[in-house]
Amino acid sequence: MKWVFFLEALLLACFVLLSQVTAKNSEDIRCKCICPPYREVEGQIYKQNVSLKDCNCLHVVDPMPVDGKDVEAYCLRCECKYEERSSGTIKETSNPTVIVSYFQFTIIMYLSILGLLLLYMVYLTLLEPMLKRRLFGHSQLIQSDDDVGDQQPFANAHNVLSRSHSRSNVLNKVEHAQQRWRRQVQEQRKSVFDRHVVLS
Amino acid sequence: MVHVSEQCLNVTSLLCLKCTFCSLLSGVYEESNGTSRTAGMNGNGPSRLVDPLEDPLPGVGTYEDFNTIDWVREKSKDRDRHREITNKSRQSTVALLHSISDAFSGWLLMLLVGLMSGALAGGIDISAHWMTDVKGGLCLRGFWFNHEHCCWLSNETTFQERDRCPQWQSWAELITGKSEGPFAYIMNYLMYIFWALMFSFLAVILVRAFAPYACGSGIPEIKTILSGFIIRGYLGKWTLIIKTITLVLAVSSGLSLGKEGPLVHVACCCANILCHLFTKYRKNEAKRREVLSAAAAVGVSVAFGAPIGGVLFSLEEVSYYFPLKTLWRSFFAALVAAFTLRSINPFGNSRLVLFYVEFHTPWHLVELAPFILLGIFGGLWGALFIKANIAWCRLRKTTCLGHYPVIEVLVVAALTALLAYPNSYTRMSGSELISELFNDCSLLDSSQLCGYKQVSVDNSLADRPAGPGLYTALWQLALALVFKMMITVITFGMKVPSGLFIPSMAVGAIAGRLLGVGMEQLAYYNHDSVIFKGWCSQGADCITPGLYAMVGAAACLGGVTRMTVSLVVIMFELTGGLEYIVPLMAATMTSKWVADAFGREGIYEAHIRLNGYPFLEPKEEFEHSSLAVDVMRPRRMDPALAVLTQEGMTVGEVESLVESTHFSGFPVVVSSESQRLVGFVLRRDLLISIDNARKRQDGIVSASQVVFTEHTPLLPPDAPPPLRLRCIMDLSPFTVTDHTPMDITVDIFRKLGLRQCLVTHNGRLLGIITKKDILKHMAQMANRDPDSILFN
Repeated sequence: MKWVFFLEALLLACFVLLSQVTAKNSEDIRCKCICPPYREVEGQIYKQNVSLKDCNCLHVVDPMPVDGKDVEAYCLRCECKYEERSSGTIKETSNPTVIVSYFQFTIIMYLSILGLLLLYMVYLTLLEPMLKRRLFGHSQLIQSDDDVGDQQPFANAHNVLSRSHSRSNVLNKVEHAQQRWRRQVQEQRKSVFDRHVVLS
Repeated sequence: MVHVSEQCLNVTSLLCLKCTFCSLLSGVYEESNGTSRTAGMNGNGPSRLVDPLEDPLPGVGTYEDFNTIDWVREKSKDRDRHREITNKSRQSTVALLHSISDAFSGWLLMLLVGLMSGALAGGIDISAHWMTDVKGGLCLRGFWFNHEHCCWLSNETTFQERDRCPQWQSWAELITGKSEGPFAYIMNYLMYIFWALMFSFLAVILVRAFAPYACGSGIPEIKTILSGFIIRGYLGKWTLIIKTITLVLAVSSGLSLGKEGPLVHVACCCANILCHLFTKYRKNEAKRREVLSAAAAVGVSVAFGAPIGGVLFSLEEVSYYFPLKTLWRSFFAALVAAFTLRSINPFGNSRLVLFYVEFHTPWHLVELAPFILLGIFGGLWGALFIKANIAWCRLRKTTCLGHYPVIEVLVVAALTALLAYPNSYTRMSGSELISELFNDCSLLDSSQLCGYKQVSVDNSLADRPAGPGLYTALWQLALALVFKMMITVITFGMKVPSGLFIPSMAVGAIAGRLLGVGMEQLAYYNHDSVIFKGWCSQGADCITPGLYAMVGAAACLGGVTRMTVSLVVIMFELTGGLEYIVPLMAATMTSKWVADAFGREGIYEAHIRLNGYPFLEPKEEFEHSSLAVDVMRPRRMDPALAVLTQEGMTVGEVESLVESTHFSGFPVVVSSESQRLVGFVLRRDLLISIDNARKRQDGIVSASQVVFTEHTPLLPPDAPPPLRLRCIMDLSPFTVTDHTPMDITVDIFRKLGLRQCLVTHNGRLLGIITKKDILKHMAQMANRDPDSILFN
């Protein structure tokens, strides 16, 4: 039951944040008019930061390349579109004002998660066996009865490592959970990549 | 809380506590006058004594990996729970609030699923858009800007080259300083290949290292999960994280794949993870599958910006059982997701999909002929693609091609990049290609596809002959068509997340556009012929090639996936053109008929069959006249059915019987002479209960009697206490007689979601039919290898 109230509070916070984010910066709207070639005048693109009601040929095309009587014919060919860029800005109130675009935030977060995953993978495949070998040598390597997968020594390394220092219960639980996860991934890898049983 | 039951009146108080072990197991309170009605596990009558909100022994009632759930049991568990909450709600305000929040929890869960999926899809779109542009160059203002945003404010864009601006530099410019010339071209080419290889390599090693279940499309496995199969970890959090990250990488690497199928998988993962917050859905597998059906609708909704199409897709393609309640909830979730995506606005202008078109030009009845032609093409392409792809995937499963997944991905990515870069239509991503092909030419377009010759004075758009630009575009498109047709066959099914909606639509759009331009030119040069005279006179704008591209895309996608109604709805939600329903329907129906002539299965069913999942196809009919006795086990030469008797077996005998066979359940009979059926007990529950009893209950040894009856028989005073296991037994197993026709039996299995069914003869137990037996029998009838059914 407590969950429900907590969730609702979280949702409310999300909505508030979202409404802040959708506040538009003046840089994010524009009217773009594309005018094709007309007689001697070349094709041109005009952009201006105007609002929706002013988004037409007469307000945006400046300077007008043709004279008075041709303006109407010229403007008839032009296509004006009102465009919004959805970056949204999150302004922090402290000084100096830091403007972080929503898009930038997404991409930087994506790249950092990707980097973290790659680092974790490098750690699991390269650094752990080195650590284990340096601390214990080969004699304490306990082979499990299951298989001789290349990851198996690492599952035991955690066991051996954790027994040597007297860690608290929480860390032990984390070790256990990680080992269990490792075994699961290995099982999955066997069924998908080796035996081709699931997901051909 | 410990009640003294009648059996305990004759024994010591110590044993009394143990007698009630089984009642504590399910929370049954036995009355001391012995008129209790012990409840089995499949629900109870009106005099309900079990409290379903309490936890039974942990592990009882759960399923093993790669097994099918028991729909009947799950549904009745939920009904009992609901009844209990409703009864309790009259007692106090807290209980009333609890019942209201229980009713609300479904809607809250849908809201959360929609929000989370919409947010993730928005993130995926933004990142994929940026990363695709990284292959071409970088923005000097900040590396996180993609091409469009980089050139947003610049004033140096010209009409002819409206994509260029000085802030966006291609790799040749960044590295060598030159932007034209052969050296710059080669530099760009090499950097393109480098980035394609890098992205695909990262994708496949992440999948391999963290979540091997994240590869492929996901829709065949989700279909199987929704029919009752369990694949642990397939919808977990690591699969979600890895699928999201590697989907962006795979799409950006230029491989010929889409992101719609994986988005369905992502949405289902979100739903599965959020189900853990609510007890009602965490503990009940049937309720969870209702939420997963809705999540599949959400996936398509965020992929195409088509909420209604998403719900219909879930109904038609993915779900197995789709009650009306799920229809409304799926719609709500899809709407919330579409709203979230819209507010994130990844493509600007509040569009949801990159290829949103808005033309409304009318079409003429004579044009139905080329539309039907496109339908035939789509059907042929669909049948050919399915056969080729399944053959390639089978090669991957059986030969040494499957031992080198990383190298395979790298080779395919290199091949794709090598062949795709020279042709500008294959260099751009699939969505951009479709967007360009769907759009009709206006005066403002400077692309090659709109390179018509201006013959009329007033610069009108209609009725122009093709210029040299258009001819170049046509043969480039033809090459692109051949390339895409061949490369998609080997790309779909690789060990990276891959979808096939976009590649199929691209193939169809190219074919449609070619046909449309052909028709247009035919109309231009033959205004007086019989075909065009009435409606397509000189100077009239009668043929829109963009519409042909749209119809072609729908036809090809329909041929591959065999979707009908959902495809039409998705297409007109994409375009907003309700006047095009008739051409779309004509093309889709034609392509489905033509493709069905070559093989009845769509691509997802074909993959299910390739992997041997236990999926009982709901749309097929069972046409043979076999009887239940032909399919049941044991067959004539086999040893007799392994049964348990309701009393008289010891724990040791039961354990040895269970361990010597690999059956997942055992019927319980009155005695081995009479073979009258009492109930059915599952292997997993049996082993867990015996194991727990040995550890927790004193006195349970191998010589203890196992008792399935309500009242324990009188035992000699020195005998060890009995183990009462009535509570784990299903008291209402489904039975058919031996002369029941198989089509009725298959119907029963499908409609009720059974896993096994007992066969009786004159009231006596004869044998058992499981879902796997039915699938093997159907495979045999269709002359396929019955051993390809791998799971039970």
